[in-house]
Amino acid sequence: MRIARRPSVIPGFGLTLGLSLLGLCLVVLVPLAAVVARSALMGWPAFVTAAFSSRAMHAYGLSLSAALIAASVNALFGLVTAWVLVRYSFPGRAVLNGLVDLPFALPTAVAGVSLAGLYGSTGWIGRLLAPLGVKTAYNEVGVVIALTLVGLPFVVRTVEPVLRELAQDVEEAAASLGANRFQTAARVILPALAPAWITGFALAFARAVGEYGSVIFIAGNMPYKTEIAPLLITIELEQFDYGSASAIATVMLLIAFVMLLTINGAQAWAGRYAK
Amino acid sequence: MSPPDPRASDARAGRAKTTEDPAWVRFGLIVIVVGFVGLMLVLPLIAVFAQALAKGVQGSLTALADPDALSAIRLTLLTAGIAVPLNAFIGVCAAWAIAKHDFWAKSVLISLIDLPFSVSPVVAGLAYVLVFGLQGWFGRWLDAHGIKIIFAAPGIVLATIFVTFPFVARELIPLMQAQGRDEEEAAVSLGAGGLTTFLRVTAPNIRWGLLYGVLLCNARAMGEFGAVSVVSGHVRGLTDTMPLQVEILYNDYDMVGAFSVAALLCLLAVVTLVLKAGLERLQPQLSDPIALQDLRLRR
Repeated sequence: MRIARRPSVIPGFGLTLGLSLLGLCLVVLVPLAAVVARSALMGWPAFVTAAFSSRAMHAYGLSLSAALIAASVNALFGLVTAWVLVRYSFPGRAVLNGLVDLPFALPTAVAGVSLAGLYGSTGWIGRLLAPLGVKTAYNEVGVVIALTLVGLPFVVRTVEPVLRELAQDVEEAAASLGANRFQTAARVILPALAPAWITGFALAFARAVGEYGSVIFIAGNMPYKTEIAPLLITIELEQFDYGSASAIATVMLLIAFVMLLTINGAQAWAGRYAK
Repeated sequence: MSPPDPRASDARAGRAKTTEDPAWVRFGLIVIVVGFVGLMLVLPLIAVFAQALAKGVQGSLTALADPDALSAIRLTLLTAGIAVPLNAFIGVCAAWAIAKHDFWAKSVLISLIDLPFSVSPVVAGLAYVLVFGLQGWFGRWLDAHGIKIIFAAPGIVLATIFVTFPFVARELIPLMQAQGRDEEEAAVSLGAGGLTTFLRVTAPNIRWGLLYGVLLCNARAMGEFGAVSVVSGHVRGLTDTMPLQVEILYNDYDMVGAFSVAALLCLLAVVTLVLKAGLERLQPQLSDPIALQDLRLRR
């Protein structure tokens, strides 16, 4: 095999690589190719009509903007959470540390019905906010709340290891040169965390753009108002309009692909920094 | 879990004052974080159990004993029972090829394995409909032979395999890369075959990592909603998994039923987190497959 760059004495290369490639192709690549192929089959004008209809544009806009807000909220709170988990010791820290990962383990539909229950007008939180005229469910705010929940662990878990490995002598040097804590944080610590921070933000954003299960219960799902892009795909599918569903899915794939490139770039940058 | 932080003990000993935050800052930040996590994660968790138990434990158990709920639990267990071992097998293969050998375009392969993490689950479901559905590539052939994949259990299993594809590989690749190749090379030079080397040398080294990947893979497999919802067809008592059953009961305004099934899934999530924390204690370099390991991988 010419694929091997440097022959290793460890056997099984051809077999294991072959099996992984076979699995990858059958499970991931061929089905995704079917989506692109189906929308290519439509021809360009029909594709544009389906993929960029005003309803679809509104759905992308909501998915992207709500994901942006949710990822920003998580970037802010995730940084503080990572700081607290790494730098402070306090009772319950281990429990807090474990809880941060809950969105990785909690089914999104469960998160969705729970949030809809909490923030609806009769829910524990919705009831408190309703007299103030604040509506938190069945509108854009609900979408952002759901996306914040699913993206919560990403920034914490990317920033945390970099923060832990950050050499303390740099902070001591900053302090001995007369910097106060705020200056040290802003000028010394934050720049070192920046690549990991951006990576975490991008991961949370990418996850939020494609999210479905947690959003649909709390969003209200009004066309042109609170309809996210993945929901529009399922609506087209229910009407057996496979072409339109594929066209929107192709745009979503394109967004995911751009995000993947961004995340890889950010990680390469973060990896260089972390050394 | 994190190793004990030297800074913390320094602080206790009264040293390192220069790199310590003032007490009011520490207190304030801890309150903010606990408040945020409490509001976003703990409160929803409590709300699920509160609504599940609205008619008492008995009401909740009755809801779970419903034939449709039981069939949803069975289908969820079946789906995870097929998807998780299959992905574990492919994950071990991929990690062996990637971590123990050098080859062309390795980082492209890693990115492709990652792909399902960034694809919307709904798009994944649609992809399977386009391949196996009646209008899809193999639809007519499958229909002529009486094989039903979409709107049936096989489609649910396939969609679940897609969304959980990266978990085990993602956990094992960095772990096996960090462990190097010396031990395997020694075993091979002493005459061990490939399978013997894997079972006797590699497997003991990666068992906790493998278990960790399997644990997270299983949590996602049992909880997947979007992809499964597209291919399921929502035939009650036949093609509904537990998360889909939550949706159906919720839309029927059967709150005790919906939240009882949801509470069962919450218990699964909590058990997953506890086991995960235990594994992290056994092998501290294990961590979330998505974040930390990418940084190590690309160094």
